[in-house]
Amino acid sequence: MAVRAAAQAVLLHGNEAIARGAWESGVRVATGYPGTPSTEIIEALASYQDIYVEWSSNEKVALEVAIGACLGGARAIACMKHVGVNVAADPLMTVAYMGVNAGLVLVTADDPGMHSSQNEQDNRWYGKFARLPVLEPSDSREAKEYTAAAFGVSEEFDTPVILRTTTRISHARSPVELGERVCPPDRPYRRDPLKNVMLPGHARMRKPLTENRLQYLTRFAETTPLNRLEWPKGHDEGRAPRGFVTGGVAYQYVREAFPEAPVFKLGLSYPLPANALRDFAGRVDTLYVVEELDPFWEAELKYQGIEAVGKQVFSKHGELTASLVRQGVAEWETERAGLSGAPLLQADEAGVDGSAPTAALPVRPPVLCPGCPHRAVFHVLRKLRLTVTGDIGCYTLGALPPLSAMDTCTCMGASIGGSIGMRRALPPEQAERVVAVIGDSTFVHSGITALIDAVYNRTPIVLLILDNETTAMTGHQGHPAAGWNARGEESPRVSLEALVSACGVTRLAVVDPGDMKALEGAVKSSLVPGDGPAVLIVRRPCVLLPRSRRAAAAVSFASELCTECGACFRIGCPALGRDGKRPQVQAELCIDCGQCAAVCPSGALGGPKEEERDPR
Amino acid sequence: MTTVNAASSARQAKVSCLDLDNFVIASVGGQGGLLATKVLAAVLHRGGMEVKTSEVHGMAQRGGSVISFVRRAPRVWSPVIDAGDADAILGLELLEAARALPYLRMGGVVVTSTQQITPVTVSTGQARYPADLTERLRASSGRTVLVPAGDIAAELGQPRVANVVCLGALSVFTDQPADIWEQVIAAAVPARTVALNLEAFRRGRAVSGM
Repeated sequence: MAVRAAAQAVLLHGNEAIARGAWESGVRVATGYPGTPSTEIIEALASYQDIYVEWSSNEKVALEVAIGACLGGARAIACMKHVGVNVAADPLMTVAYMGVNAGLVLVTADDPGMHSSQNEQDNRWYGKFARLPVLEPSDSREAKEYTAAAFGVSEEFDTPVILRTTTRISHARSPVELGERVCPPDRPYRRDPLKNVMLPGHARMRKPLTENRLQYLTRFAETTPLNRLEWPKGHDEGRAPRGFVTGGVAYQYVREAFPEAPVFKLGLSYPLPANALRDFAGRVDTLYVVEELDPFWEAELKYQGIEAVGKQVFSKHGELTASLVRQGVAEWETERAGLSGAPLLQADEAGVDGSAPTAALPVRPPVLCPGCPHRAVFHVLRKLRLTVTGDIGCYTLGALPPLSAMDTCTCMGASIGGSIGMRRALPPEQAERVVAVIGDSTFVHSGITALIDAVYNRTPIVLLILDNETTAMTGHQGHPAAGWNARGEESPRVSLEALVSACGVTRLAVVDPGDMKALEGAVKSSLVPGDGPAVLIVRRPCVLLPRSRRAAAAVSFASELCTECGACFRIGCPALGRDGKRPQVQAELCIDCGQCAAVCPSGALGGPKEEERDPR
Repeated sequence: MTTVNAASSARQAKVSCLDLDNFVIASVGGQGGLLATKVLAAVLHRGGMEVKTSEVHGMAQRGGSVISFVRRAPRVWSPVIDAGDADAILGLELLEAARALPYLRMGGVVVTSTQQITPVTVSTGQARYPADLTERLRASSGRTVLVPAGDIAAELGQPRVANVVCLGALSVFTDQPADIWEQVIAAAVPARTVALNLEAFRRGRAVSGM
């Protein structure tokens, strides 16, 4: 392979490359909901002025907007993390029957290793599940090229296309050559109820077409340059001791571990080119299939009767690396050598020699920021010994020590339904101690319907909406109740109070967690049994928002007053270091938010207790 | 076929310190480790070879350990550096630099800030912040540069430029001249902080004796 002219290229994240590819392909509508590792696609698209781009209220809405746009004649892209596709699965499974007008691409950014996710589901299955083609780039250059290719495939085969990345594609930079924007010819809207109104009678006609389409796509897979056989020069093209079927970032690991080995690189992850793969398998002694997470290709190969070594030696869990690929191959070949002759690769040749001592280094888990308003909430919830159903966001960190104030976290919006179920299952004295916590963005995303359920069914849940006025965890995106849009422009702001009231909630209060006493009082009031749900909006902007930024200041510490009681350490603030049993204020981190002072009984932190602190 | 950085060759100690290809950046979320990654990658990319980076966002950034990778070669495959394959570690915090040591090859370089940020596991008494980190770093590397980046940044009146101070100290171990570094930094930071960041870079460079 020739060394490409990298100097002519720019370094882009995979996500930036997808955005560039979509823009160059003439995309006109882009939607998404923030979620690591997908967020930067929409952020990058928002920097182009000639398209419509939105943060949608959730992934289902994002895909539905994109479907409408594609039917209306605009190339459209919907972007989300892997678990977001679950939310969007309802429209996805049926738009697969409908097909498209202009191209429609769904980007799913998966997270093997769960760097920032609650599971590591392998979304290639959605391709097989919905009978849709799945394209999978292995670096940023391909991320751009495949995005463009995805729109082409979508229009040629009248199908939505799934573009799948993983963290090591989305959040890896590599060189990309930039091109110009080329808008495809208009595809005027054409009313076509048989195709676009999925009544049972219409859907029955459409479903067999998805099967036909898959057959065409399988033929396409046999010849498309998205799939390619790389047979290193100078090697016998007829025969090799080992060959690899791989794709995505695993392709890079295979090429690094075995630069001399032939590789069948899948850019179209589904459907597979069975004939080409069978031919390849016939030319190698051992065929390895190297893929992160599930044995997706392996299962397809075996279904086709093609023998391959896969998950016997490569993990189904977490990320791969070049050395894990090497180890897996070594494991297989050592074991096989035990049966017949000498191994091709000894296990110890493949070993990792990370010999440096790291034993007993204290771990550094993620924590709520100094001054984070969520800290006060979880301090109070733990103090009151409540059962807390949690949700997805920065505040999920309230589950970790020392706050340790969350009992459950399943998925976006699950806190409220979970608290309804808990209320209905637990004995009354325990049921009354259940509290749901959900962020503002998450509440709009998928909490509202569960709150309506509680009102409708007279379940007296207690709900805390932790309103920090942004989607904080993913990097401070706007949302419908935050007041700004994907381009950072001011937008109409949904009032959470009005929304909650309109759902039929009569017990509603708003409190500032900057005043911890008031917060505790408000939580206690919400816990008083009453008719129907009680909602407490705990409102204070995220400490990292520009408008929250304050001059650097550190809380005062009077060592002579400290009784070494340790209360301050139980709020888990990263700005409080430790000097024996006493706190050591880390001035470069502290913003003097007053939380440690509020829990310090002796007045050592933040001055004497009698003095009423200005609640911030 | 270009074969680069196959583990067998990468694990052998290299002679020249100016020929570093594989960098691990270790920091605490919020310290600017990702900006340092971006700058280093852009500087190396100016040399004409292929460059890849890999990093992790989201949950890991909230004050947790953050590791990112920068690699360059005529052709880079994996965006991730394997254990024992890094030529250099850039640490923005002492404990995080030590945590990254398994990535370092024999004889590799460590450039690290001497800043110490207490993890919550330490402040809550579950663990102790190790006292022997600089010894561990020295014992495991071919060369260790300790950068008082926190003090220098404080002298400059902006604690947040400690990451650029560290980049300055690292810069002498790369084959790119200072003016390339300064061009890239000037383009990567907010316009009103360019002068401050360039001063931070120069102060850091002086720590490594340039």
